[in-house]
Amino acid sequence: MLLPVAFFAVFFAWPVVSIVGRGLRPDGRHWELGRFGETLTRPDILDVLWFTLWQALASTALTLLVALPGAYVLARFDFPGKRILRAVVTVPFVLPTVMVGTAFLALVGRRGLLDELWGVRLDTGVWAILLAHVFFNYAVVVRTVGGLWSQLDPRQEEAARVLGASRWRAWRTVTLPALGPAVAAAALMVFLFTASSFGIVQILGGPAYSTLETEIYRQTADRLQLSTAAVLTMVQFAAVGTILAVHARTVRRRETALRLVPPERTARRPCGAGQWALLGAVLLSIALLIVAPLGVLVERSLATPSGYGLDYFRALGHVDGTGTFLVPLTDTVVNSLQYALAATGIAVLVGGLAAAALTRRAGRLVRGFDALLMLPLGVSAVTVGFGFLITLDEPPLDLRASWILVPLAQALVGVPFVVRTMLPVLRAVDERLREAAAVLGASPWRAWREVDLPLVRRALLIAAGFAFAVSLGEFGATVFVARPDNPTLPVAVARLLNRPGELNYGQAMALSTILMVVCAVSLLLLERLRTDRTSGEF
Amino acid sequence: MNTTKAAAAALVAALGVTTLAACGTDDARDAAGKSGGPAPKTVTLVSHDSFNASKEVLAEFTRQTGFTVRVLKSGDAGEAVNKEILTKGAPQGDVFFGVDNTLLSRALDNGIFVPYEAKGLDRIPAALRLDKEQHRVTPVDSGDICVNYDKKYFADKKLAPPQTFDDLAKPAYKDLLVVENPERSSPGLGFLLGTAAKYGDGGTSQGEASGGGWQDYWKKLKANGVKTVDSWELAYNQEFSGSAGGKKAKGDRPLVVSYASSPPVEVLYSEPQPKVAPTGVSTGTCFRQTEFAGLLNGAKNPEGGKALIDFLISKTFQDDMPLQMFVNPVTNDATLPELFTKHGVVIDKPETMAPEKIAEKREQWIGQWTSLVLK
Repeated sequence: MLLPVAFFAVFFAWPVVSIVGRGLRPDGRHWELGRFGETLTRPDILDVLWFTLWQALASTALTLLVALPGAYVLARFDFPGKRILRAVVTVPFVLPTVMVGTAFLALVGRRGLLDELWGVRLDTGVWAILLAHVFFNYAVVVRTVGGLWSQLDPRQEEAARVLGASRWRAWRTVTLPALGPAVAAAALMVFLFTASSFGIVQILGGPAYSTLETEIYRQTADRLQLSTAAVLTMVQFAAVGTILAVHARTVRRRETALRLVPPERTARRPCGAGQWALLGAVLLSIALLIVAPLGVLVERSLATPSGYGLDYFRALGHVDGTGTFLVPLTDTVVNSLQYALAATGIAVLVGGLAAAALTRRAGRLVRGFDALLMLPLGVSAVTVGFGFLITLDEPPLDLRASWILVPLAQALVGVPFVVRTMLPVLRAVDERLREAAAVLGASPWRAWREVDLPLVRRALLIAAGFAFAVSLGEFGATVFVARPDNPTLPVAVARLLNRPGELNYGQAMALSTILMVVCAVSLLLLERLRTDRTSGEF
Repeated sequence: MNTTKAAAAALVAALGVTTLAACGTDDARDAAGKSGGPAPKTVTLVSHDSFNASKEVLAEFTRQTGFTVRVLKSGDAGEAVNKEILTKGAPQGDVFFGVDNTLLSRALDNGIFVPYEAKGLDRIPAALRLDKEQHRVTPVDSGDICVNYDKKYFADKKLAPPQTFDDLAKPAYKDLLVVENPERSSPGLGFLLGTAAKYGDGGTSQGEASGGGWQDYWKKLKANGVKTVDSWELAYNQEFSGSAGGKKAKGDRPLVVSYASSPPVEVLYSEPQPKVAPTGVSTGTCFRQTEFAGLLNGAKNPEGGKALIDFLISKTFQDDMPLQMFVNPVTNDATLPELFTKHGVVIDKPETMAPEKIAEKREQWIGQWTSLVLK
């Protein structure tokens, strides 16, 4: 418990509190709380708040609408390639938003796929943002709702049918209530992610749209208006806190109430025209929404002026003679892997300890800490990054220029995923097993090794894998941390895109493709480790 | 507490802090060696993400002075300057490079630099030395923000490409130009300042702008179908039809706000390199940007920092710079690479503006621009 609390306090709470304090107490003594009223009545700020709220609501609704059928199909139907498909839909979730934006413009932009097929051109604007959010968060719904759906005992619904209920009624009275909390939890997570969306709104929204997150960035990084940023950060805190509190409640309800069966027993081959049509529709929507944009990136990485080829990939291996980077770009892959490994180590250590502590104690304080650990997901990366600058500036903690800051920032985002994956599994371990071991004379350490470890090993691996994938693609926090010049993959992609020239563009696409493949492979490995008890909450 | 402790120990062991240590040792030793120690042999240069220098040139500095340069990239230009303001007195490094004339006053007013008169300053034209009395900053490079055009588009249409700000507002060029949001992008801001320098400030103090000046000009541009996006990357790689990225993305705007050095770069990063650059520069639409370096207030290694500033305006560094950062050298003994002389253009009369005026008007103009163009 001590380590996670210390980690959280030093690398999250302290920096955030300091930077907010700097904004609200400019002279270092007097709190200027009047700033709240002043800021929150400005028409432009009200516009931002309103847009943040409604686009997040709309994105959430649209994501549920599109992804719930997908969750059903992936949970209940058995068909070849299902594992790959499940990994594929998760790839966007761990991709950096720079790439998601680029990939998405290829689909909905001018003469993108939609334009060529039906003359639909969304370019930039609200629709592009909403669709990109669906693309991004599809996996959240599939994993949260689908994970549970695949374990609901179908016999309950069948029993209702036997007793004379119509198919619809049976579904509505038996399955829906069981799924309800999972749907609510998924909706809240999607809402949280879309309300704090940064890169997508920046790239696809165009200059006319601003969310709370992009506004905090603008006020902090562009204008150095720390007081306005501080007020907005507090608003964000309050909102995220509320969402997390509601989320925690729905999750707790879900954990206690259901009787679950292994997914292999619920999935069957689709039968009948209706089910095949549903499967087809879901596959089509996945193909259009997720595979197509990713495919365009791959296509562009291969399209050289002299026809399709691997030229751009080969170019990555050379030291760039003109010095865009001082190292071959393949080194950025190695850098990324090292950072991600370090971040995973930290995230698993901190998250694992937190999960272990949360299993053993159930006081209100501990539950509060549970919610607190989720906060980094919803709090602006620029706030944390600038907070690092003014807090970690004295030895022994002058880490501002150290490589460790990057994995630390990434781990902040990874920890919540580890906790969420481990917690349900750890809670499911029967306390009596531990007691029995203790009675038979095992030391607590031995009891843990003999009882808990075998049971949670897989969950641990899955948590590690997920933290790894998220760290690999993490971009938000890393860009706000000043770093010695050994760029990670997403940073290198962004930098290449910042230069004119065909070779730079092609290499950016090639690096994106590599990142995508590395993410997909780690996710596929995870799929192989999935078991009935390890669906977790993501 | 016992069980928690045991769990902790087990997790540490089981979960491979080993991997953490294994992949970190080199770096860790490196970082420890560099940040501590009594006599720092390292000098830290803080800059924006676009900073580049070739390895040999940095090695040459080490050979000459005994100091090793460590480069710390701190975000885009505005962000990097703001970070220095925030950490004033306890900076992340010794020298900051990359504050330009649009942000210079903010940096100077906040006192993030201490005076240092660089050796060889007399080789830099007086017009570029903006802090002549106090020498808090030293000019290192300059570049011009200009409209670029897609040569093929205008050749196909048998239309002369626009050359001046006035041209851009003419009906012949309707719906062709894409610009960046001045609030979020430095070329966008440069272009706005260029129009303000050209047409003057005719706006009233707040809100609705009227009465001539750049505001009127932008009204015409808006009526002529100018498109605005947030970043240079989007404008150039997605919207502009002349760039390699824009061609792939099927961009349909043949005019974009970019740099005078973009055409040579377009050539440099093509394989095979074309004989003629695919893009050209509208020479009457340019705004000059100069970038400065300064010794940071509170630097841990001021001696190394001074040596580094001297080096930044040395011939070795100035000659290397154009192909690294695609900017022009400022010293009069530097030689431009062939790529620049062949495919680039020299802008004779760019628009300019004093940093104090920019500092004074910046926020107000951006606000007026936003309500004029975006709303």
